[in-house]
Amino acid sequence: MNANLFKQDEQFFMDPQRCIGCHACEMACAECETNGQTPMIHVDYVDRFSTVQTSVQVCMHCEDPVCAKVCPADAITKDEFGIVHTANTARCIACSNCVMACPFGVPKKIETTQIMMKCNMCYDRTSSGKKPMCTTVCPSGALWYGTREKMREIRPNSTPVNHFQFGGQTVKTKVNIMMPKGTTKLVVD
Amino acid sequence: MATLPISREQIIDKFGPHKNYPPREGFPGRDEPDDVVKTHCCFCGMQCGIQLLVKNNQVVGFEPWEEFPFNEGRLCPKGVQRYLQNNHPDRLLNPIERVEGAGFRPIEWDKAMERTVAEIQRIQSQHGRDSFAMLSGVSLTNEKSYLAGKFARVALKTKNLDYNGRLCMVSAGAGNKKAFGLDRASNNFTDLSHAEVVMVCGSNVSETFPTLTHWIWQARDNGAKLIVVDPRLTPIARTADLHLPIRPGGDSALYGAILHQLVKHDWLDHDFINNYTSDFEKAIEAVKDYDLDWAERTTGIAKAKIMQAAELWGPAKTSFLLHARGIEHQSKGVENVSSCINLVLATGRLGKPYCGYATITGQGNGQGGREHGHKCDQLPGNRDIENPEHRKYIASVWGIDEKEMPGKGLTAYEIMEAIHRGEIKGLLSICFNPLVSLPNNNMIREALEKLEFYVCIDFFLNETAHHANIVLAGSLHEEEEGTVTTAEGRVVRIRRAVTPPGNARTDTDILLELARRLGAGDKFAFQSAEDVFNELRVASKGGTADYFGITYEKIEKNMGIFWPCPSLDHPGTPRLWEDRKFCTPDGKAHFVPVPYRAPSEVTDAEYPVILTTGRVVSQYLSGTQTRRIGKLVDQYPEPLLEIHPNLASRYNIKERELVRVVTRRGAAEFPAQLVETIREDTVFIPYHWAGKKSANQLTSGNLDPVSKIPEFKVSAARLEPLGRQAPSPEETAAFRST
Repeated sequence: MNANLFKQDEQFFMDPQRCIGCHACEMACAECETNGQTPMIHVDYVDRFSTVQTSVQVCMHCEDPVCAKVCPADAITKDEFGIVHTANTARCIACSNCVMACPFGVPKKIETTQIMMKCNMCYDRTSSGKKPMCTTVCPSGALWYGTREKMREIRPNSTPVNHFQFGGQTVKTKVNIMMPKGTTKLVVD
Repeated sequence: MATLPISREQIIDKFGPHKNYPPREGFPGRDEPDDVVKTHCCFCGMQCGIQLLVKNNQVVGFEPWEEFPFNEGRLCPKGVQRYLQNNHPDRLLNPIERVEGAGFRPIEWDKAMERTVAEIQRIQSQHGRDSFAMLSGVSLTNEKSYLAGKFARVALKTKNLDYNGRLCMVSAGAGNKKAFGLDRASNNFTDLSHAEVVMVCGSNVSETFPTLTHWIWQARDNGAKLIVVDPRLTPIARTADLHLPIRPGGDSALYGAILHQLVKHDWLDHDFINNYTSDFEKAIEAVKDYDLDWAERTTGIAKAKIMQAAELWGPAKTSFLLHARGIEHQSKGVENVSSCINLVLATGRLGKPYCGYATITGQGNGQGGREHGHKCDQLPGNRDIENPEHRKYIASVWGIDEKEMPGKGLTAYEIMEAIHRGEIKGLLSICFNPLVSLPNNNMIREALEKLEFYVCIDFFLNETAHHANIVLAGSLHEEEEGTVTTAEGRVVRIRRAVTPPGNARTDTDILLELARRLGAGDKFAFQSAEDVFNELRVASKGGTADYFGITYEKIEKNMGIFWPCPSLDHPGTPRLWEDRKFCTPDGKAHFVPVPYRAPSEVTDAEYPVILTTGRVVSQYLSGTQTRRIGKLVDQYPEPLLEIHPNLASRYNIKERELVRVVTRRGAAEFPAQLVETIREDTVFIPYHWAGKKSANQLTSGNLDPVSKIPEFKVSAARLEPLGRQAPSPEETAAFRST
């Protein structure tokens, strides 16, 4: 791995309106040998009775990751590029603090191996200058990876947002969500 | 003779479908592959570029191919998992023969070939040449499609050759030929990117062509309005500017009513109509009474929405109309297609940047496979088998006497009917699983049981092949060189990543050896796929689908070439009709008058509900391949009956309650899925499964009179709730298809 090739000007964008619920992202993610066929991105129906809408959730890579803060074993770290890495297997004690603390519901405790796993933004790929696998295969552009400037140019009707307000808590993330043009933050009451 | 040798369950226990999953750590050697092969997905008509990873002559993984211009690395779940076939435990490694009471056992190639040829000769000498039929398919490359056509006419000498394109795009092909004299998407998909309005007519794009979604969104990012016509609120329809929830079978009424509004509001391109088209007056005469009130009654769509569609479509400067099986799988499929083309011609938005029209071809080589002659009425280059000049030219290319060339034969469903009547006694099939994919399949099963001899070429034992006397282990997409033509009309290279495993052979080798043993070896002296392509080039020369100027080298250098490409220095034709010279006899584009008529089967007191069928994103066609790939099966493990809660409440049907769906053809039980995303008068069942879970037990053999496509999209049905919850999908194991 050559971390020097990590493109610091490129970011991850999620555009929920484009998600077609095809699960290509999950299947491609699961192919990674470090995941052992377990996807680190999740696609679910919001409410199949009333709509075909699906939601896609990937680690948001918080600027100040609460998962790392609450980890008693110091197993979760954020690197110089802002990637919040999955639990260090030697340290993780499977206490599930991170699972409960994450405002986006991202980390999962894998029962069979008793370890927490989550997305590390395809570090093996991004550190060698490639895009994460899910953003490479996503057929609809619901997941996209590249520069903010390019995103602004190709999707003029939406604005990337990476400020989230959960009640009194503000979270800033490395991953962006595409919102209606002019939106500055996503408020979750 | 072709009843099953042992029970279907026993056959499936041995030959699958079994679910294949990659090992937890991936296949060994994936990280250090011997080869990274740039090829294409084997599934739909998008033919997305993909790289296959090869280790020790086995496909062990994939890597996106970001340089290929159509999909730039994007894939759907089927594409991501397509690599799990060459390494599959169900892969046929030997030819096998049926043994009464014991199932199937491997035999030597020589014996399999000898017996096959002996049976062909016996049947043909006793009952005539046409009593032996051949069924082919358009997942095959252009080379194999061409070879199948030539093999049937020159080696088998039968007129009864048809293909599964009959279930795919024949209505579109007939409609295109009527209007333009040529059958191809008029534009490549980059012309979507700045279209002001995009109208998607009867196509579940997001599930059946997921990678096309990108191009539609690109248009929307640039300000396009999106209209989606579909009885269901599909994922692409969910965010559309306008969704028209049409009653199945009402399609030509809708497009006729929009044409009526174009005339009324003078949203017409008079210059284009006057100079480059014919029969406009006849077309508008046919729709003169189709006002909004009539249209609302006939289509089941609120008239305000129909008007809104006309207002969006009419005055736009650029546009792109796409249609697919929703309008084509009908007993008036061709008329529906013509009614769409009329809207394109009336507004003159064709042959210019961002002005487009296309059918979205469904199968992998649905475009190329329908051009080179394994269709019952067709010769290479999209020539007509009944045209004396066309016959003469192809006979000269093939080196046979024109009088020896058979004429037009029966279409796919008609071949099965003729087998059922006892007129056709023998069958060779390749790349076709009619027991799952043809309608009214209780009749299909009875027909298969009547065959005196059935030989099938396939890489997995598909359900139809359970009835075979001999199965010849053929090749996967990744096991042979060749070309396919994408839905855009782009001819691309398919690469052999690996050789067929075990004693399996390539499909081409099998056909060539059969031809030799049938005494036609001198006509089939090909050494390579490229040899076959080079003969195809000559055979297509001068036809409407002219490939003469396309070579393997040129394709590879340009990542594909769009036909027509008549000479070696020709760059290909990504956008048709820029010169306004159409391929009809008078050189004009033809309007076709489309008076509305009802579908073949309409609802009544006994069968009060409309049944329509279609696909899901994780499965492909008859499921021969995708019902064997673990994660694709798990994503949508069994066919569900989509039903609106208001319709369900009339029968007191609860979520996941088993419902018996009954039509005039048969009955089958499905768990109910209550969803508000479907019309209240319509239920939907996906068709990828076999046996008790096959939706095609219910569909009808009502055919379009011109294209002979079956009416999969409209049946009249009755619902009988069974008062009990469906067992779990794991217990049902629908993928096994018993």
